[in-house]
Amino acid sequence: MIPGQFEYHAPSTLDEALALLAEHGSDARVLAGGQSLIPLMKLRLASPAVLVDLNGVDSLSGIEESDGQLRIGAMTRHSALERSELIASRYPLIADAAAVIADPLVRNRGTTGGSLAHADPAGDLGSVMTALGAEVGVAGPGGARTLSIDELLLGPFMTTLDEGEILTEVRVPQPEAGSGGAYEKLERKVGDFATAAVAVQITRANGSCSAAGIGLTAVGPTTIRASEAEDALTGSSLDDDALRAAADLAAAASDPAADLRGSEEYKRDMVRVLTLRALRRAVERAGG
Amino acid sequence: MVAETSPEIGGMGHSVKRKEDARFIRGRGNYVDDIVRPGMLYLDIVRSPYAHARIKSINSDAALEVEGVLAVITGETLKEFNLHWMPTLMSDTQMVLPVDKVMFAGQEVAAVVATSRYAAADGVEAVEVEYEPLPVVMDPFKALEPDAPVLRDDKEGKTDNHIFHWEVGDRDATDRAFEEADVTVSQDVYLPRIHVASIETCGCVAEFDSVTGQLTVWMTTQAPHAIRTVFALVAGHVGLSEEKIRIISPDIGGGFGGKVPVYPGYVIAVAAAVVTGHPVKWIEDRIENLQADSFARDYHMAAEIAADSDGTLKALRIKTLADHGYTDAACNPSQFPAGLFSICTGSYDFQNAFAEVDGVYTNKPPGGIAYRCSFRVTEAVHAIERLVDVLATEVGMDPADVRKKNFIPADAFPYQSVFDWEYDSGNYEGALNLAMETIGYDELRREQAEKRERGELMGIGISSFTEIVGAGPSRHFDILGLKMFDSCELRVHPTGKAVARFGTKSQGQGHETTYAQIIAQELGIPASDIAVEEGDTDTAPYGLGTYASRSTPTAGAAGAVAAGKVRDKARAIAAHLLEAEEVTEDDLEWEPGRFFVRSDPEKGVTIQEIALAAYTNHPQGMEAGLEAVSYYDPPNLTFPFGSYICVVDIDKGTGEVHVRRFVAVDDCGNIINPMIVEGQVHGGLTMGLAPALYEELSYDESGNPLSASFVDYLVPTAVETPAWETANTVTPSPHHPLGAKGIGESATVGAPPAIANAVVDALSHLGVRHIDIPITPDKVWSILRENGITE
Repeated sequence: MIPGQFEYHAPSTLDEALALLAEHGSDARVLAGGQSLIPLMKLRLASPAVLVDLNGVDSLSGIEESDGQLRIGAMTRHSALERSELIASRYPLIADAAAVIADPLVRNRGTTGGSLAHADPAGDLGSVMTALGAEVGVAGPGGARTLSIDELLLGPFMTTLDEGEILTEVRVPQPEAGSGGAYEKLERKVGDFATAAVAVQITRANGSCSAAGIGLTAVGPTTIRASEAEDALTGSSLDDDALRAAADLAAAASDPAADLRGSEEYKRDMVRVLTLRALRRAVERAGG
Repeated sequence: MVAETSPEIGGMGHSVKRKEDARFIRGRGNYVDDIVRPGMLYLDIVRSPYAHARIKSINSDAALEVEGVLAVITGETLKEFNLHWMPTLMSDTQMVLPVDKVMFAGQEVAAVVATSRYAAADGVEAVEVEYEPLPVVMDPFKALEPDAPVLRDDKEGKTDNHIFHWEVGDRDATDRAFEEADVTVSQDVYLPRIHVASIETCGCVAEFDSVTGQLTVWMTTQAPHAIRTVFALVAGHVGLSEEKIRIISPDIGGGFGGKVPVYPGYVIAVAAAVVTGHPVKWIEDRIENLQADSFARDYHMAAEIAADSDGTLKALRIKTLADHGYTDAACNPSQFPAGLFSICTGSYDFQNAFAEVDGVYTNKPPGGIAYRCSFRVTEAVHAIERLVDVLATEVGMDPADVRKKNFIPADAFPYQSVFDWEYDSGNYEGALNLAMETIGYDELRREQAEKRERGELMGIGISSFTEIVGAGPSRHFDILGLKMFDSCELRVHPTGKAVARFGTKSQGQGHETTYAQIIAQELGIPASDIAVEEGDTDTAPYGLGTYASRSTPTAGAAGAVAAGKVRDKARAIAAHLLEAEEVTEDDLEWEPGRFFVRSDPEKGVTIQEIALAAYTNHPQGMEAGLEAVSYYDPPNLTFPFGSYICVVDIDKGTGEVHVRRFVAVDDCGNIINPMIVEGQVHGGLTMGLAPALYEELSYDESGNPLSASFVDYLVPTAVETPAWETANTVTPSPHHPLGAKGIGESATVGAPPAIANAVVDALSHLGVRHIDIPITPDKVWSILRENGITE
């Protein structure tokens, strides 16, 4: 549980950080909250020669609404999401998830951008942002670009970020009237990675579902978008039969692996159960 | 009943705040890893990735190139001193470092000594070991098959993987009772392999003075004196001599039985200190702790009960396979290879019983330690408490009624069990009645019936356990020949304050407070004026240490006896001081803290005045000073008991078990400190919840540990822990000087079957009779889905 040797840099601006990444190339890793990378280094499963620590780059933190979007700086701590009144009042799905990411110690350090860039299929924010249809802002040697969450998350611990790029912020569309979301997570104990978890976001307009997003956590090699379930919900009346049908489709979309948390069959059924529970809560939150 | 002392004196029965907490809550404890010595080196260990493999070569060249690395120690190094093997407490043998093959994944292979912890870790990375994998034996049943590879081929003539056979009781009479019984039930019950996972891992700092030959070892041990003697016996041939060995057990962050064994790391660190002439620190990390330090439980029990159709118990039969890993590294008393498993007749009046245990070698870490349990009592209690419920279902009776029908009656104590234990005292029905009243048992049964109608799953589970603690009487109990007495050396200072030293070692139990209260009780000196010391073999009297709930029954009793001796002398001094009153010792009465003249109670002297006189004005012909020693050999064990009732609700969708309520009624005889007893019970209950619902050491077929970190070894937190409800009945031990019994382990022992019984009860209408712990959500889900229950 002792890491190997590494070189450490603590830039105070994004430009400095980008310059350091450019200088060290593939030897360098970005350090955000350190709640995944540092354990990996202590286990010597990761041995980056150079760490570029973003904790001194103040411009990367913050939560605000502007231009029809919620913008969450990449270095925003999970605990900041958890405590944000804006999040609590307008983004219940994020609020639900922020309260159950790992444990309070991890939430005090872990960051939104770090979690997404780590691309752990068991990461809670991947499915949350999938359900919300978020996009991420990226800075790099070639300038800034925007990726949808589906474009970003490529596979297990893999993203489409290029070498030298830094994920700078997450942008979530502001919810329309009649929207509601919920996160349901099953974990063996507090702080555990999810056995399974489901993020849902729906919008109801004129008595039927006008939009639905469903993301699945920890039940596949990467975060999964349950597209067929979303399609089935959209246009439905959001009655219990529709929710059950969507839950079945979400379960079918999952691709879990057996581990000490349970068998594939168990996890797939948990996707069904959790999707149903999350949808019921989301519908309730959407009102009318 | 014991005499009342004032709150100022703080004797028995007072919830005195824990003296030790003043330093713990300020972060001022002194643990082994806090020890820093001049010139200290650091040791780190290379461990095997294979569960069974021949070591073809160990190449240290690259490691020795790492800056700061001074030496790489291998089995061959230790072999030169004949220190590559060591005995276990069960007289088996364990590798310190291997010269031929490794026997479990995570086993110590080589050690790196360096000038810093970081350099040592880099050195470990650089050691190159070439292995030739060998067939792995993980299943203890397969280990006994004739074609199984013989793991311990180091033992001359060994042709199988069988370690020992132990049995107790009358097999033939028990078999006959089963043949004649109206009803028999049988159930395989597995108590999984678990780990104590104490918050502080194991480690030591070893320092050797090459001029004087003095070895000092600060180490995480629950039994410092026994360790000193073991070191002298094992390493006498290399010049270690017992008068020059000092073992210091400083503050210990939880032991639970896991800090009784001698681990290879300790021995390697001592060897490294002797060889290098520098102090050497070895502290294992959490993964090493979980994958290599002694496990507990791992008992495969086939249990049967014979009974009359009215639920009267007639006979008990249990056949057990004990997976010990590659060596029997249990820490039982020598004559008890299966510990005190023969308490398995429990709280019930069985006339016939037979139990047998066979120990087996596998490619798992060694052990079989008593995790917060008096040597296999947890296993025994789980088997009997589960089986009584199985029987209750079979004969269609409420589990409470079956228990009450078969309890050893309160007027039958002292009670001779069919396995020949003399239960000292008990009132089992009293404890169960209190638990049932407290939780509202009848109302809960009504609620359960209503919920079942609605398809909701709720269960109520009872455990009415009896423990056997306080080892133990010297006629039966020894460890490596050392009798299991314990000791107190009490010295009263001229100003009336005292220091008391004990042969035990607190790891969080609060001895500094409870022992002071025992002496306060007997001498009337305020507990706050009594310093309690343990754990330094240079100052403390010899004792066998703290485990198996033995401290109060043995060392606590020694404290009372030593205080009694001091009081006897104090009486003589008091008579001397009251000479002018023309009184003799016989004319004096004692009240806590004071002797007074029976005929004139106003006239008397306090213990403080007597203490001063013992050094300034002692009677001619009497030795000065006021001190005493007791080596207490208990006449019997103590038998704490209790009844626990648990209520669970089961989530039909996820299979999660929610403990809604848990009432624990304990009886540990007379109580020294109610607050500490309550704390012990709270901690024990949580450590009982842990294996019931969460914890298990798992391995894959190749022997890789699957739960070697806290990611997958699921220690419950405050979030998972229900709000425990505790209560006590008091049935004093007739033979303990204070009427006290041990309490540290009752809850760990009693809680798991209460929880398991509650879950099974919730599912019993589906035909479920048993679920092995840990009862995880996926196990429950499988049962629900098999029965067509879903959300």
